[in-house]
Amino acid sequence: MAAEKLSANFKRNMFTENQVLRAILGICSSLAVTNTMRNSLVMGLGVAFVTGLSSLTLSAMREVIPHRIRMLVQTLVIAVYVILVDLLLQAYLPEVSKQLGPYVGLIITNCIIMGRAEAYAQSNPPIPAMFDGFFAGLGYAMILLMVSFIRELLGFGTLFGFQVIHTAPENLWTIMIMPPAAFFIIGSMIWFISARAARKAAAKAK
Amino acid sequence: MAPNISPLVILIASIFTSNMILSNFLGMCSYLSVSTEYKTATGLGMAVTLVLVLTTAINWLVYTFIIVPPELYYLQYIIFIMVIAALVQILEMGMDRYMPDLHAKLGIFLPLITVNCAILGVTLFMVIRHYNFIQSVLFSLGSGLGWWLAINMLAAIREKLASAKLPPGVKGPALSFIITGIMAMAFIGFSGIFTIQ
Repeated sequence: MAAEKLSANFKRNMFTENQVLRAILGICSSLAVTNTMRNSLVMGLGVAFVTGLSSLTLSAMREVIPHRIRMLVQTLVIAVYVILVDLLLQAYLPEVSKQLGPYVGLIITNCIIMGRAEAYAQSNPPIPAMFDGFFAGLGYAMILLMVSFIRELLGFGTLFGFQVIHTAPENLWTIMIMPPAAFFIIGSMIWFISARAARKAAAKAK
Repeated sequence: MAPNISPLVILIASIFTSNMILSNFLGMCSYLSVSTEYKTATGLGMAVTLVLVLTTAINWLVYTFIIVPPELYYLQYIIFIMVIAALVQILEMGMDRYMPDLHAKLGIFLPLITVNCAILGVTLFMVIRHYNFIQSVLFSLGSGLGWWLAINMLAAIREKLASAKLPPGVKGPALSFIITGIMAMAFIGFSGIFTIQ
């Protein structure tokens, strides 16, 4: 495989092949934590950290891991980094850690991380693999922040906890902080993106 | 300490008011990808329910008797995920050997289940909420049934919509999300019955 430029990799992971919107990976956690921007930011950075470091580790070990048990090794490496993130959050941001609850532990089963390990880290040297994982995590964080921007602004009238819309509580859209809104917002984003991709492909075919 | 909630309330609440998919967003990956056919969705739902009940029961025992006494809390994620992976593997081999009919029906789904976040999610919820054994088992049963109900509903709707004329781009995941959103809104109607956290 030809070496990919770092900037091209960044662009691919953030936009053209965004893991959440194009590959529909890592959906579970992206919906659950997006009712406030602060939680989304912490979660997004946590995932970027875990994806980057586990890609680095797995790529460095790719020659020694027996092919048949690689899933098991991948899961264990990912779990180690997730424990690290969990302990760091408990120590420095106990309040956020409490709000995120089980979703920090659930980073282990976030398909983006294993997806990057399988698709990229396995066949690339460690440093590019680390950046690839980190950028994929950043792409995920970006979507999380976009969704939570809409949800927090309309649902609480705040951004990162600061009051932005000054209005009576009954004027806010409570539905935005409830689960259905997350489905609608992500659904519409995927709709928009794939309609655009389809139009582009059709234009190219002509 | 275990919260003072009747296990039956937990069972009903985990099916309807705090449904795994519709309010906790767990197990979305396989929910979205294996919901094109009603029959397959039923098979997956059954397999998830079975694995959920077994892993949660075993993880409760592991947590109470292996993790808590020496205070190995920081290792809990690794231990839980190993238990889940091992159990799914054993289940698959045992089913293949003793219940070939069932294996033919559910076998292909079992490997998928290891990475289903609903399984680990239920275990982690159980730990965070300090459920006792009976509560945990009924919670996992309810969660599994709720997951099954949701995937069957989505599969039924998608089967009906398969021949519908839709705007470009909405077909596939986007449509599933919007349907799920409407289902989640409908399920909010249940939330008046009772809630568990």
